[in-house]
Amino acid sequence: MSQTAVAKRKPPSPWKPVKQDRKQSNPNAVLSLNGRWGYLFTAPFFVMFLIFGLAPIIYSVYIAFFNWDALGTQDFIGLDNFTELMKDDRFWNALVNTVDIWLLSTIPMLVLSISLAAVLHSPYLRGSTFFRTILLVPNITSVLAIAIVFGQLFGRDFGIVNDIIGAMGLPHVDFVQGTQSSHIAIASMIVWRWTGYNALIFLAAMLAIPGELYESASLDGASKWQQFRFVTLPGLRNTITFVLIVGTIGGLQVFAEPLILGGSYNGGDSGQFSTLTLFLFDQAFVAYKWGYAAAIGIMITFIVAAVSIVNFFITRRLTGEKK
Amino acid sequence: MKKQILTNPNKKPKWHKLGVGGYIALIITTLLSIFPFYWMFIVASNGTEEISKVPPTLLPGPRFFTVISHVYEALPQFNQALLNSFYVGTAIALAQVFFSAIAGFAFAKLNFRGQRFMVLFVVLTMMLPSQLGIIPLFMLMGWAGLLNTLGALIVPALVTAFGVFWMRQVIDAQVPNELLEAASIDGAGVFRVYWNIVLPIIAQSSFVLGLFSFLASWNDFLWPLLVLNSPENFTAQVAVNQLKSSYAIDYALNMGGAFLSTVPLLILFIFVGRRLVRGVMDGAVKG
Repeated sequence: MSQTAVAKRKPPSPWKPVKQDRKQSNPNAVLSLNGRWGYLFTAPFFVMFLIFGLAPIIYSVYIAFFNWDALGTQDFIGLDNFTELMKDDRFWNALVNTVDIWLLSTIPMLVLSISLAAVLHSPYLRGSTFFRTILLVPNITSVLAIAIVFGQLFGRDFGIVNDIIGAMGLPHVDFVQGTQSSHIAIASMIVWRWTGYNALIFLAAMLAIPGELYESASLDGASKWQQFRFVTLPGLRNTITFVLIVGTIGGLQVFAEPLILGGSYNGGDSGQFSTLTLFLFDQAFVAYKWGYAAAIGIMITFIVAAVSIVNFFITRRLTGEKK
Repeated sequence: MKKQILTNPNKKPKWHKLGVGGYIALIITTLLSIFPFYWMFIVASNGTEEISKVPPTLLPGPRFFTVISHVYEALPQFNQALLNSFYVGTAIALAQVFFSAIAGFAFAKLNFRGQRFMVLFVVLTMMLPSQLGIIPLFMLMGWAGLLNTLGALIVPALVTAFGVFWMRQVIDAQVPNELLEAASIDGAGVFRVYWNIVLPIIAQSSFVLGLFSFLASWNDFLWPLLVLNSPENFTAQVAVNQLKSSYAIDYALNMGGAFLSTVPLLILFIFVGRRLVRGVMDGAVKG
């Protein structure tokens, strides 16, 4: 069968003008392969994605314009869900908490992971395979198991963290009850989970920076810091942007850690660590206000998109030289 | 860089000299990375009273099997939950590798109209918050009669945009065009080229994608909690969460459950950890 197929098909002719290539949908494609199979090969993905990914999202946009609850009420109310949301203190509280937790986790995570990567980058390091592997261990475990452990470690009376604080002669901190302290506890779980993983990402990017750049920099008398600032950091531009954007998408949707820490969708007794996604779940699966919850979901999407775009430009700025 | 050192042993590059500080940082990181797992075991083997002392004990205690038996008393289906997690994770891993690899191949190596737009579509969908469609997805599972079955976990996770995009990158980087051209000129059809040439080359990376899918499924927490409600269908995470809610805070019980649900992953990690590291680093955006 394939014999005749090849005979029928026009072979890609090397004497075709180069301009023809522009019409090619995929510049790296193997032209001797019949491209139409591509539709069949990608069809399962698209069909499944349309049913279980895109359709629910579109439907979610639709029900955001309704007073829609789990019991059967379905009244069209236009933008009322959104105007109500703008007046809802719980929403603003959740937004502030989410951004605070995101800042508290992202900044230390970035600094620590880039520093660790810089250490691992050294060609003199012994046991580098071991250290690289260990870095990934926190990332493979479930948020639930880790949140249980951290919840105990940060306990008011018998947690190790408070034992250490007490040993320094300071009064115990009730991490879960305080606003800022609960954010710190949650952020520490996120930092613990993602620092090693991102260090590996940064390490891979550092290894891709040509060694000659460092050599010529050191010949020019650049200090270690200057090499880091003017060779390593610009070399990580796209990687930092990537890690930040992925971290933003994940960080602005944080819910598992606060959910387990508080044991309910409230986010603490006074909502001190309620987050946007937690608020969405609270409205969807406790209050059963599905239309309202869908509106929250749409707001989260806009916020994520806006912050990602801002991030993108800030990292471009901070990491310096234009290409 | 290693090459450089080997070829000029006397002229080691001055950059990246590693002081003691670097090792100290790595050792602290190692200890911090392992500590929560160790602590799970300490609490589970000592009981809640023991660790409530100041300073708390940092050594394993004798009560481990008592605590574990309490876990099984509180939730007799715990083993079933571990098995369920294993089935669901395996099914999802196999499906994701299969669908992602073949779609990734098409996106990387085939030329068809709309291809560029489709890739862009895949990338954009990766940016959408996953919680956005959760209510309609829940309704959909209800209509399909999948609520409170493991199918509700498997079916929506059979494909992901991430998997497809990842496989596209892998195939683009690892499979040389010349090889595919040669095979197709020798008369192999598209599917045979895929099956006989592409698949063997990407076997390692497919395995890594499968592992990540398995881990993500094993650790998924909220969705199983929403769609499952009878204990015989629980996954490991839901089972652990059940221990949390069925008693006032009993740390030993909770950590015993957390320990049981984590040990399979740690054992798996001993065998595949290095491959996962390579997978993460290969997939990293460089530049």
